[in-house]
Amino acid sequence: MAVNDTLEGTHKIHQEAREQQHNQLVPTLNDFSQELTTLNLGPTHPATHGIFQNILQMDGERIISGVPTIGYIHRAFEKIAERRPFYQITPLTDRMNYCSSPINNMGWHMTVEKLLGITVPKRAQYMRVIMMELARITDHLICNSILGVDTGAFTGFLYVFQEREKVYEIYEEVCGARLTTNMGRVGGMERDFSPVAIEKLRKWLKEFPAVMREFESMFTRNRIFMDRVVNVGPISAEKALNYGFTGPNLRAAGVDYDVRVMNPYSSYEDFDFEIPVGTNGDTYDRFLVRNEEIWQSLRIINQALDNLPEGPYHADAPHYYLPPKQAVYKNMEALIYHFKIIMGEIEAPVGEVYHSVEGGNGELGFYLISDGGRTPYRLHFRRPCFIYYQAYSEMVVGTSLSDAIVILSSMNVIAGELDA
Amino acid sequence: MAESNEESTVAQTAVIETDPNKLTNARVLTTLQQLFGEDAFTDVEEPYGLLTATTTRERIHEIIQTLHGEPILQFNFLTTMCGIHYPENEGQELGVIYHLHSLVHNVRLRLKIFFPIIDPAVPTLTDIYATANWMERETFDFFGIIFTGHPNLIRILNVEDMDYHPMRREYPLEDGTREDKTDLFFGR
Repeated sequence: MAVNDTLEGTHKIHQEAREQQHNQLVPTLNDFSQELTTLNLGPTHPATHGIFQNILQMDGERIISGVPTIGYIHRAFEKIAERRPFYQITPLTDRMNYCSSPINNMGWHMTVEKLLGITVPKRAQYMRVIMMELARITDHLICNSILGVDTGAFTGFLYVFQEREKVYEIYEEVCGARLTTNMGRVGGMERDFSPVAIEKLRKWLKEFPAVMREFESMFTRNRIFMDRVVNVGPISAEKALNYGFTGPNLRAAGVDYDVRVMNPYSSYEDFDFEIPVGTNGDTYDRFLVRNEEIWQSLRIINQALDNLPEGPYHADAPHYYLPPKQAVYKNMEALIYHFKIIMGEIEAPVGEVYHSVEGGNGELGFYLISDGGRTPYRLHFRRPCFIYYQAYSEMVVGTSLSDAIVILSSMNVIAGELDA
Repeated sequence: MAESNEESTVAQTAVIETDPNKLTNARVLTTLQQLFGEDAFTDVEEPYGLLTATTTRERIHEIIQTLHGEPILQFNFLTTMCGIHYPENEGQELGVIYHLHSLVHNVRLRLKIFFPIIDPAVPTLTDIYATANWMERETFDFFGIIFTGHPNLIRILNVEDMDYHPMRREYPLEDGTREDKTDLFFGR
């Protein structure tokens, strides 16, 4: 009892002292022009997960304004693309949203196929869907688990990164690369799924749901997590549309726009899946929408794998699709096509085409203008990150620094895509 | 799953085809031509199903404002915007290309404007779409197109003290003084 009394007494003294101190500080704190703190959040800050800067004007913990500076890893992809034959542009797309490179690769291939008028066989389309949905799952896993790290829960991140690793092993089995995949070719896939790849995929599909359920049970109704994310950084549907939001961030605000449904590509119309939407577009909604999208992606992969059609895995387009290496040694036509494709001597028809796919972050668009030459005359990437990140400076006003970090990671801003 | 879906989609398309209120490319074009006159749009085409039209920079703001506000059109989403440079087109060297999307009707529209490189001024769209802000900054950064009325027209991806606009055609990708490498294949 005596101890408790003393403790209470100390608390009281402390509180009085705090109040006194606060009263002394209030006049100066209200005078904003005098006491604002400028804080450089970034360019290299461990919590921004990428290189971009925000110059925050802060009144104590509260953010008064934020000015973003981007372009730290700008690599002039649009300019480089003007001097490259089409198949050499695929590696550039890898390096935009490097968390889900297969989607970028295949989005670009589909754009070129649209320009050239190539129809890809059903099997290749289903294979693409499988790889794209795997990429979406890894993208969302990274985003959501990093959100956990930023709110203080490291375990979930390490736990799902094991699963991401397994997906990367599947990538490796399918195309030989892991992060910057350069997967597929104009006209289809570069090789069929190997039995090992199918086996790994089936094994992963069996094991992953249990991990995902555990991940969800760790966060979704976790009091500490919810206190950090519910009603943090909300955005209304009108504002989100006006800011050009797409993908999970827009759907969290309640707009059910998904390119896979609105403008189906690569046989997405064959699959049965749902588009999750949120209500008020806050960090918690973005988290829930991404989690639900992971489940829907799993549904799509299961359907695609079960109904994987037989047949060729690439289109019959010898002018654009590299012949098998063995044929190059024995067959004259194959050698000619191989040489012409590698040297970039294939001329594309004149035309302009806009094609978009549902990337990990939203509508990833490719606007290609061809003047009949060997390279694009102009290639413009619609990078979802670049477009919605401009709302960030408005979303952080009035929040605290710790909230700003959480909003940033829940928006899933990937520096590679932001800066192109 | 496949069979039931097929039936419903067939039924849906039948309804859509007979629905007079369904917005199609042709209807967008006729509505626009009624509102702004036939001569407001030139080079109307539909490459790969996407309605494309060229207009002038004097009318672009008014046209996009109408597209955004008109209840039957509702082009409420600015998908993307980019600049382009055709050095051979005398007096029409620079251009801006807008991609608009009516999410309500799922119709896309591409609008182009061209203007001389010596006077590269275009009205801003930031008062209609908040998202135009960075898109216009990017276009300014790469092509030097001045968006009049833009609240903060500064470079976005390149460094502040850069003194040229790198996506213009006169700037080659590689150092023009390099002599160790001749580019016979990809040279333009």
